[in-house]
Amino acid sequence: MPSDPASVPFDSGKTSEPNHVLEFPGGYTRSVGPVIGRFLSDLRDGRLTGVRTKAGRVLFPPVEYDPDTGDDVTGEFVDVGPIGTVTSWSWVPNPRKTHPLDRPFAWALIRPDGADTALLHALDMGVFEPGAKPPRALRTGMRVRPRWRAERVGGIGDIECFQPEVTMITAPSRLEYRLQGGRALDRFLEGIEQGRILGHRCDVCGQVIVPMKGLCPKDGVPTSEEVELPGTGTVTTFAVNNLPDPRAPEVPFVSAYILLDGAGLTMLALVAGVPADQVRMGMRVRAAWRPREEWTRSMANIRWFEPTGEPDVPFDEIKDYL
Amino acid sequence: MRPVAVVAFAQTRHTGEDAGLSETELLAPVITEIKRATGVTRFGFTCSGSNDYLAGAPFSFVSALDAVGAWPPISESHVEMDAAWALYEAWVKLQHGEIDTALVYGFGKTSQAAYPEVFTQGLDPYYLAPLGVDQVSLAALQARAYLEHTGTDERRLQEIAAKARAGGRDNPSALHLDDPGEADYEVAPLRPHDVAPVTDGAAAIVLAAGERARDLVERPAWITGIDHRSEPHQPGFRDLTCSPSTRLAAAKAGGTGGVEVAELHTQFSHEELILRDALDLGDGVAVNPSGGPLAANPVMATGLIRIGEAAARIAGGTAGRVLAHATSGPCLQQNLVCVMSGEQSDG
Repeated sequence: MPSDPASVPFDSGKTSEPNHVLEFPGGYTRSVGPVIGRFLSDLRDGRLTGVRTKAGRVLFPPVEYDPDTGDDVTGEFVDVGPIGTVTSWSWVPNPRKTHPLDRPFAWALIRPDGADTALLHALDMGVFEPGAKPPRALRTGMRVRPRWRAERVGGIGDIECFQPEVTMITAPSRLEYRLQGGRALDRFLEGIEQGRILGHRCDVCGQVIVPMKGLCPKDGVPTSEEVELPGTGTVTTFAVNNLPDPRAPEVPFVSAYILLDGAGLTMLALVAGVPADQVRMGMRVRAAWRPREEWTRSMANIRWFEPTGEPDVPFDEIKDYL
Repeated sequence: MRPVAVVAFAQTRHTGEDAGLSETELLAPVITEIKRATGVTRFGFTCSGSNDYLAGAPFSFVSALDAVGAWPPISESHVEMDAAWALYEAWVKLQHGEIDTALVYGFGKTSQAAYPEVFTQGLDPYYLAPLGVDQVSLAALQARAYLEHTGTDERRLQEIAAKARAGGRDNPSALHLDDPGEADYEVAPLRPHDVAPVTDGAAAIVLAAGERARDLVERPAWITGIDHRSEPHQPGFRDLTCSPSTRLAAAKAGGTGGVEVAELHTQFSHEELILRDALDLGDGVAVNPSGGPLAANPVMATGLIRIGEAAARIAGGTAGRVLAHATSGPCLQQNLVCVMSGEQSDG
């Protein structure tokens, strides 16, 4: 029972804690009658039931009287749904503690197939951070169906909420390999393991290919003349990446094509040590090697490339390497 | 019909936070003011509108009678609704012909609890209340339905809120709220400025019939038509894009032709658009020049204040024919339309 306001200690300080509660302990019991009772009993069985009016419309959820005429409804109960169509919705970015879900969700008017009116219920659109904007998939006309509680008691809450029809799955995808890089790459990584960047010079065109492939991609001839290149080079072009990658220091990060000094082909590497929006075509960079004790037979030995601070290379000097 | 008019209107300077006054303390100065304004201290009938759930105490409206003075015993009634419906009851009572004056008042403090959740307790207990669906979430369903049906842009809602707040800043009784700026959704598609603010306040009106009205004031606001109509309670049974009950009530109240000012019980921005459609109000009709509920919403008095504000235009000589609207229930379920004129109709 409500407490007597006169007996409530007056709180002059502003506080968010209530000093007065109105509650019927255990809840207020109500009889439901034959129409609502039928609906709730069927709901407990996991079925959605509407009732037909004399005019032939199917009211859902069922009520005792036709709202158009005031006439008693017929005794004919009709299975509807369980799939239904959203006829209107609202989106709750920050649920109240009295709401049925504790994360952002929608309220929706849902007209089950076979019914002429709609039911109000919560619609779970998935996991969102508090304050989230309405998801694009939430729209009038979308198809939804109930998520039933395992333990049902004969109340509107036997439907935990509605949820969208399945329109997408996440397919597992994983294969395991034991890869050989090939002889040329093996030799290149052998160099990297020792802190050296090795390439091959082509006998025909004279360009240095790094990492070497044992072939000149331009002339299609085998290559074997090893050349060691310095760890310095020039950014020819680059991309700013906004999706996280375990190899990158942070998001956004920059992946760039780098023309090592003396090389005839660019190689792909990370650029860091400079804000993403300050990376430029023509920027001079230097390989940032990990500490020697961490070196393995892997390109990870070069953490990324960093700016040298030298003046940029004019575009004309790199334009043929793009 | 017996001619009946609004002859006096008084309201508090509403506050957006708890000023430390009980509901009775809020009401008492308003009653005192309206007795002084009319010179009437005993009324043929007294009727009030309030909501016990606001204070969370049963029969809390009874203590408000302390503000009226109920001894020797008075003829009194109460509606657990907006006091606009108390005014309707008083108007019916005046039609009986046995009394000449009636005092109507309403009061509400929404600063004491979360009103959107208090509202839930007034919903159907089988299908709606157990879900915990609140007033704002329900209104947002109607806003969505209207926006999608008409192709109206959400920006239009902000314009309505801006106009309401500007009107409120010119109204000493309303809250003085800043122009709406960029804001995240409260419940999409509604943003905080599209939702009537928390407000504490009270209001009172005196009705008088025939000669008594002319004796009391120079320009009575004659009620030429008053009617209220309801739609099904279940929002899923209704077409939320329009308000047929408002349209019907307006027709039964004699139509809206010639109306110059309309005070509408719009607790949410989009409701102004729906009600303008239902009432066939053209662009020339000034809607909610007081700022309306978006600038002050002392619930249970808000609808009565619409009648008072509209009548004040007639009393002040700035309008000849006005309309007031009040609403109750979720998504404009039940609607009352009161048309008033400076000219007494033959009835």
